[in-house]
Amino acid sequence: MAADSNALSVALSLLINLDAALVDIVLLSLQVSLLAVCLAAVIGFPMGAAVALWRFPGRGLMVVALNALMGLPPVVAGLAVYLLLSRAGPLGEWGLLFTPSAMVIAQVVLVLPILAALSRQKVEELLAEYQEQFVSLGMSRLRMMPTLLWDARFALLTVLLAGFGRASAEVGAVMMVGGNIDGVTRVMTTSIVLETSKGNLPLALGLGIVLLTLVLMINAAAYLVGEWARRRTG
Amino acid sequence: MTVLQPLDTHVDVCPRASLIFDRVTFSYQGKHLLGPCSFTLQGAGPTLVMGPNGAGKSLLLRLAHGLLTPASGRVHWLPQRPRQAMVFQQPVMLRRSAIANLMHALAVNKTPRRQRREMAHAALTRFGLAASAETPARVLSGGEQQRLALARAWVLAPQVLFLDEPTSALDPAAIKAVEEAVSAFQRQGTRVVMTTHDIHQARRLAADVLFMAGGQVLEHTVAQRFFEQPASPGAQAYLRGDIIE
Repeated sequence: MAADSNALSVALSLLINLDAALVDIVLLSLQVSLLAVCLAAVIGFPMGAAVALWRFPGRGLMVVALNALMGLPPVVAGLAVYLLLSRAGPLGEWGLLFTPSAMVIAQVVLVLPILAALSRQKVEELLAEYQEQFVSLGMSRLRMMPTLLWDARFALLTVLLAGFGRASAEVGAVMMVGGNIDGVTRVMTTSIVLETSKGNLPLALGLGIVLLTLVLMINAAAYLVGEWARRRTG
Repeated sequence: MTVLQPLDTHVDVCPRASLIFDRVTFSYQGKHLLGPCSFTLQGAGPTLVMGPNGAGKSLLLRLAHGLLTPASGRVHWLPQRPRQAMVFQQPVMLRRSAIANLMHALAVNKTPRRQRREMAHAALTRFGLAASAETPARVLSGGEQQRLALARAWVLAPQVLFLDEPTSALDPAAIKAVEEAVSAFQRQGTRVVMTTHDIHQARRLAADVLFMAGGQVLEHTVAQRFFEQPASPGAQAYLRGDIIE
């Protein structure tokens, strides 16, 4: 117990003094996860809207697959990306394994189903409400897509935050494809695992506090955005 | 409310379109709901579609506007399909400001970007909503939202305007504003087709009446004759105030 409380006070001093190693790790984490979520949004939101708008063979299967993939175990995603990027893999020539890019790809794979599945749901709800008006205005399905995505913007922002939460809290996939290389691919979650096993509890705790704060802030932001949007748009 | 005045560029001068229902039926999930209906709408209007609840008035309007496809028969226009708009009983507003709702309709209509704001603003002013331009459309009152829906139809300069029970959820002042707007559309040269179950409203507005009950069109008569000497027993009973199916 004494060692633990000592670790906590060292952790706090690391945070207060903005310890260089700690700051680097936090910044890399944010970089990787933010980029992954942005890429996933660019693909996932139009994809979700398209599944909501069009009827095509295999649509039901796709909806089920997207919903199921929301719960994709990170290590499985990591394994898939590892196989893809390893020297002998189809994209081995790109030489991306054990780089931050590989971690971004793995997180995109994890986050994309969440963004696509949840945006599909939101867009479908809106479409049910708007459809007659849209047809009356003579809008094509393609033309409906940007209108629906914009009108779902507050819901989609919450979805985006959920995706970011998943990306930043995940450890298995980035560990496998990033390799947890010091100063290159070491992010908050992988560092916590490593430092804890090394017995360096202060750094692990410091990172844990940052990660927890981040998750809290994301959830608070999601809540506030939702409240504000409900009051504003009715 | 502001006096409605014609836009310079409003409805094109064109031969009036006729709407033809040719033995149209409609069914949903195997249940027969409407028809067979055959009639032709021509002349200046407004045409009021009357009848009790469940008569099929809304279905008829949706079939005419092309929101629904007939199960059999044909809905067509001569000489060609006119530009049209529809105002619903419950206005459907985007989650944006009032003016952005109009600008969206203009964008869909491929109005050049530079003209959109000005045209939208002019329409808001016409319908007494200029002060609410930046208010989110869905926080407006029911009457204001219905006026906004009319303004949205207005910026589209339709040749035909369908209104489905546009006043049934409104108070008398809001009803008056909607009826004034309907007259303004009509003066503009827009052909109005509107459903109502309010006999007094129909008397105020109608040029001709399409009377429906039980999914059938029972008669299509010039308004004055309809109110004085309705031909069908159903319409006679309805105008007497009897409850009919």
